[in-house]
Amino acid sequence: MATFKLNGRSVSVTSPDDSPLLWVIRDEIGLKGTKFGCGVAQCGACTVHLDGKAIRSCVTPVAAVAGRSVTTIEALDSKGAHPLQTAWIEVQVPQCGYCQSGQIMQAASLLKTTPQPTDAQIDAAMNGNLCRCMAYPRIKKAIKLAATRMQGAKA
Amino acid sequence: MNPISTSPEFMPSSVTSRRSFLIAATGTGLLFSFTGTTGYAQAATGGFEPTIWYGIDRDGTVTVNVIRAEMGQHVGTALARIVAEELEADWSKVKIDHVDSDAKWGLMVTGGSWSVWQSFPLMSQAGAAGRIALVEEGARLMGLAPGACSARNGIVSGAGKSISYGDIVAKGELKRTFTAEDLAKLPIKPASERRLIGKASAARDIPAKTNGTARYGLDAAVDGMVYARPKLPPTRNDSTVVSIDDSAAKAVPGYLQSIVLEDPSATCPGWVMVYATSFVAANRATDLVKVNWKSGDAAKVSEADIQNRARTLIADPKSGSTVVDDKGVDAAFAASKNKLERTYTTSTALHFQMEPINALAFEKDGIFEIHTGNQWQSLVLPWLAKALGRPEDKIVLRTYLLGGGFGRRLNGDYAVGAALASKAIGGKAVKMVCTRPDDVRFDSPRSASVQVVKMAFGANGQVKAMDHAAAAGWPTEIMAPFFMPKGANGVPFDPFAISGANHWYNVGAQRVRAISNDLANKTFRPGWLRSVGPGWTNFAVESFMDEAAHSVGKDPVAFRLALLDGTGRNSGIADGTSAVGGAHRQHAVVARLAKEVGWGKPMPKNTGLGMATSFGQERDMPTWTACAAQVFVNPTTGKVKVEKLTLVIDAGTIVSPDGARAQVEGSALWGMSLALFEGTEFKDGQPKDTNLGAYTPLRMADVPDLEIIFIDSTEVPVGLGEPATTVVGPAIANAIFAASGARVRDLPIRPKAVLAAMKTKA
Repeated sequence: MATFKLNGRSVSVTSPDDSPLLWVIRDEIGLKGTKFGCGVAQCGACTVHLDGKAIRSCVTPVAAVAGRSVTTIEALDSKGAHPLQTAWIEVQVPQCGYCQSGQIMQAASLLKTTPQPTDAQIDAAMNGNLCRCMAYPRIKKAIKLAATRMQGAKA
Repeated sequence: MNPISTSPEFMPSSVTSRRSFLIAATGTGLLFSFTGTTGYAQAATGGFEPTIWYGIDRDGTVTVNVIRAEMGQHVGTALARIVAEELEADWSKVKIDHVDSDAKWGLMVTGGSWSVWQSFPLMSQAGAAGRIALVEEGARLMGLAPGACSARNGIVSGAGKSISYGDIVAKGELKRTFTAEDLAKLPIKPASERRLIGKASAARDIPAKTNGTARYGLDAAVDGMVYARPKLPPTRNDSTVVSIDDSAAKAVPGYLQSIVLEDPSATCPGWVMVYATSFVAANRATDLVKVNWKSGDAAKVSEADIQNRARTLIADPKSGSTVVDDKGVDAAFAASKNKLERTYTTSTALHFQMEPINALAFEKDGIFEIHTGNQWQSLVLPWLAKALGRPEDKIVLRTYLLGGGFGRRLNGDYAVGAALASKAIGGKAVKMVCTRPDDVRFDSPRSASVQVVKMAFGANGQVKAMDHAAAAGWPTEIMAPFFMPKGANGVPFDPFAISGANHWYNVGAQRVRAISNDLANKTFRPGWLRSVGPGWTNFAVESFMDEAAHSVGKDPVAFRLALLDGTGRNSGIADGTSAVGGAHRQHAVVARLAKEVGWGKPMPKNTGLGMATSFGQERDMPTWTACAAQVFVNPTTGKVKVEKLTLVIDAGTIVSPDGARAQVEGSALWGMSLALFEGTEFKDGQPKDTNLGAYTPLRMADVPDLEIIFIDSTEVPVGLGEPATTVVGPAIANAIFAASGARVRDLPIRPKAVLAAMKTKA
């Protein structure tokens, strides 16, 4: 019976406290953009932000987010036009697309702490996010493009 | 060799070419359709209905109906652009509809990299026919002669006047029929006049995949549905339930019940479905349900057993199907004083698509609906009909995006499990979700394989004969035996478990023998995995070509180029066919690759360059591919770092240049992943590695530099989703040899094997 903030709105859920946040978001609340891949925090498809930082929602009990703020891909940007999202389209990153919500949320978390990441920093931050279509070269390219744009916007 | 040429009922264009093309106005717009004119078309699709490919409504919106699954290849965009090109449609007004299953579509399958190849002539002609009809009617409405008018961007214009397609549909009286002969004669644009094909385009499916709105099978939901997870038996094929004890599961809040599925189709034998009010509850309850199964011998089978069975079968010269069987092979080997024989093996490989298998099923208004992503609706519908005990026309597969296909969803067995789960509770809506370990245990993996390749040389190292025998589990034998052509000895074979061995090298007398591994088939359900046969047969062919070249003291590139002489059966088929040019085109990509990478240049210590080539999937649809891998081999650990992959590809006309590049990037990295990182083994009748951590596909940090070059071509467009996968593995193996002298003949290539091979150097 946890209460937390989801995408800026307060929600109270009835799922048992030990339910993984992923399934609460998907099946109780009905936001389907966050995906299920491995269930053991090894693929990153379920990545959401908890108080602004990327976490794996498939292994996070809903009780652990009580009183805190969760953001999913649906609310990364109100218009779906976060620099990463526009870069993802420009670079034509997604193939099957199933992992991409998680990839984008992971990358957004990276750019918050490391606005101009090096290749090695991108590899380190993104290595936990599996892309089975292996769109990795484009993911990296889009992250760099977004980082450049975000830096330019600040200046 | 090619199943398509022997099974015309599986080739939509063959079927539809015997129909005429009808254009008629309807109440709301225009429908462009093929209509049956012969009994053949009726018979081929079973209860024929017109096959409708696109429509134009009164505001000029063109809706293209796409029967191919969207699984990352952006196929809807590619096919719609083919139609729009000849239709002279306004691309901004073209919509794509990925349709649900219906008999009227004919064969529904997405695989083999066939989609663009099969659809190109058909969709081009359909577009051209529509344009002609619109120009004629537009001209009439404007009081002009058709010859004075032309179409562009959704508008017919002439003599200073113009009218939009939407207005022609709204105001005109379109009625025009094209016979198959008319259609075949329709002039298709020369490449120089194309405005969409070959030009930059954004894939229509991408924006929704960046903001969480794209809908996959896992996202399908209806009010009142319950959740279920299968409790899977110890073996894929031969387990039956003896008893169930769900007492512990009853403690899980939301747990409903457990039911043994009755499956007349034998698709899901021994399944116990565990129902609950949420997936979390179903998942936990499944872990707590205790089932006692009776299993057959498969429960004891190991990877080594499967491989040993393959070796035994290969050793029997009478086993298998002779796919290529030239005269004089045995004589050439008997006469030769210089022979080479090598054995290559590959481990079991998983699909591991990101979205675990799942489906939502329920009965509504007399129709059983199954909501799931699927690549081969026409294959699974008969299984569903048998399982549910109802005709196929009372079942519909609702279409969703696929969270990865890679061949896993060609086999729709998971849809059967979900449908039976619903049937077992009276057709109520059931959302069946498999966990990742469930998905792996129920996967149809790429079978482990053994291949023995032999070559006989004459004096001076000329190649006189080649003999290639390959044994593996056969997906097509198990799931689609109607798709199996016969070899020269009359024995049917699985083309997707041998194609690649029937290469375009001129090797003198050639024999290719395909052997079904009965123990593999019994132990698990073998699957089609991205690049199918050539994904492993070409590892043997191209590793062997390297070994053969070295054994006669020739350069591996020069050796290959000499054999790709484009003579005899390797000279290609007539102009205008997919294989035009034959081995000359493969020769060209190899030569270009050698030039690009500076073949022969000195390399740093412990670094090597290796190459491999292939024709993609099938001889009738060759995608001429060559790859060079530059690798560094750590001499103390045996660890291989791939530094760069260079690919040269001739795929004929490239419909979507950036999409084509994306497919090659992904498929090349798949090839690398299968070469170095992916492999499991059967242990006690099950795949040993059932989740990440144990199973380790390639990650971002492993990605090498990629250079991809497409040969400019206006030939027939062929497949691009898989060919690159076939060349990367052998290119890496050959590069490892160049770097370290270690010859590795088993996939995946593990550091331990490299170290061992470095020690033996043989």
